[in-house]
Amino acid sequence: MKDTKESMESSPLLTVNRLSKTYSTAKGAPVQALQDVSFHIRKGECLGLVGESGSGKSTLSRLLLSLERPDSGEMYVHGVPLNGLTGKALRETRKQVQVVFQDPHAALNQRLPIWRSVLEPLDNYPDVTPPFLADVRPNRRETAAKLLEMVGLLPEHLDRYPHELSGGQKQRVAIARGISLRPDLLICDEPTSCLDVSLQAQMLRLLKRLQRQLGLSYLFISHDIVSIRMMSDRILVMQEGRIVDQFPSDQILSEERHLYTKQLTAAVR
Amino acid sequence: MNTWHSIRQSPMTALGIALLTLLVFLTLFGPWIVPNDPLTVQMSERLQPPSWQYPFGTDHLGRCLFSRLVEGAQITLGLAAVVIVTVAVIGIPVGLLSGYVGGRLDTILMRIVDGAGALPEFVVAISVAGFLGPNLTNLLLSIVAIKWMGYARVVRSIVLSEREKEYVLAARVAGGSAWTVMRRHLIPQILSPVFVLAALDIGKIIMLIAMFSFLGLGAQPPTPEWGAMLNDGRPYFQTVPELMIYPGMAILLVVISCNLIADGLRDRLDVRSR
Ligand SMILES: Nc1ncnc2c1ncn2[C@@H]1O[C@H](COP(=O)(O)OP(=O)(O)OP(=O)(O)O)[C@@H](O)[C@H]1O
Ligand SMILES: [Mg+2]
Repeated sequence: MKDTKESMESSPLLTVNRLSKTYSTAKGAPVQALQDVSFHIRKGECLGLVGESGSGKSTLSRLLLSLERPDSGEMYVHGVPLNGLTGKALRETRKQVQVVFQDPHAALNQRLPIWRSVLEPLDNYPDVTPPFLADVRPNRRETAAKLLEMVGLLPEHLDRYPHELSGGQKQRVAIARGISLRPDLLICDEPTSCLDVSLQAQMLRLLKRLQRQLGLSYLFISHDIVSIRMMSDRILVMQEGRIVDQFPSDQILSEERHLYTKQLTAAVR
Repeated sequence: MNTWHSIRQSPMTALGIALLTLLVFLTLFGPWIVPNDPLTVQMSERLQPPSWQYPFGTDHLGRCLFSRLVEGAQITLGLAAVVIVTVAVIGIPVGLLSGYVGGRLDTILMRIVDGAGALPEFVVAISVAGFLGPNLTNLLLSIVAIKWMGYARVVRSIVLSEREKEYVLAARVAGGSAWTVMRRHLIPQILSPVFVLAALDIGKIIMLIAMFSFLGLGAQPPTPEWGAMLNDGRPYFQTVPELMIYPGMAILLVVISCNLIADGLRDRLDVRSR
């Protein structure tokens, strides 16, 4: 196992090959949410995914998280196929791909105190001890406190309930939960779009710092080209379920960009 | 503190709780309270007026009416509790599985529930009494056979709406098994609505058992079930109406207190009326 992992070192962390997903709706035409989407994410990289509402960004993240199944196409994490996994094998890959959802309010169970929500992944994987939690792992509450500290919250937040926290604080809790297993890939599906504008930059800086500190890879989803540019090494542009453009962030203003990319950047230039 | 406040806010709920507490007390301690054996027939003592020996008088067979009523509380509440628990134990897992697993299983289960669940309990109970004979066991089985479906349906509809929410998706991504997700996130969500449903149903079930026993299709003499006691007293209604008034009042009180509690629970737990 270790050998194969080492030989994969140079190969991408995530490979997605011709992924498609169609939703049939109750009335009328089926929606092609994803069509022939292919890309990869390298280790330690932040890949930005930008596109307007309804372009299929969340659909892609749900497929990568094995919350839904694609109609066709393949996904590989460290060369291991994600398709059709169930039971134990699915649980194994889930350790490596975690998520921060858009709406921090909906993402936390209102009935659980914060520390229980933060510990949920670690409670499900008693055998996992990320290096940064090594000294506190035996004690659940200390582990939760350490995770909160890493996202800028205080021990006094441990026993609060979600309704006693602000939106930004809730999103920090969700981020703490997302990093708690030290996944290789953290999918951030519009992590700042439910937050006050004044908080967005703070949250992005936190994500950036954690990425560097823990050596994570991100799939950073947003419809805001400015935050995408700030966060990402490379950028994918999606329109109506297809990837229409793909480039390193520093070439975002290049003349070769797709017309749709130019429209997105024109608004903020 | 909080509870006390909400009780003061709604005196009717408090009344319901007080009545039901009294009944539960009678159920638990009945055997030590009753002055006489509820089944002993004494033809020499028949149709006695109230006295120290017989607080509510005696019936047409000389049995102590008070003792029979207290014994009846035990039977009534005991049976209703057994039915409700059975119904919840069947309905909740079926609704959870149907809603969470979905697919073919869900289609089949919901087809059964939509088809059979539309039948009124008493129609089923009468048919069962007709085919398998009138007795308490058949009556209870018929009620259970219909009632679990309502619970399955309510639980399923809650699971269907909750399972798409991000906290449940996050729990799945966090590596929780289906059972973990249900236990940690879904079951706590369904408990309040199920409690309200159960409180409402207890009143209905008590009525149903009493009604069938009154018709001679449920509890059989000499069991001091309240519906059966109503039936026993029927021939004497002109001369000794107490024989029917006491059990009738008892049924009324317990059903009213269940409904008051159900209303209070619904307000307090903020369950959307469905
Ligand atoms: N469960 C579903 N059933 C039917 N259609 C769906 C379903 N989920 C998504 N869709 C449709 O698929 C398309 C892509 O949706 P998706 O949520 O992936 O968009 P998005 O890019 O994340 O948009 P937003 O920026 O608003 O979050 C939309 O047209 C949407 O209506
Ligand atoms: Mg989305």
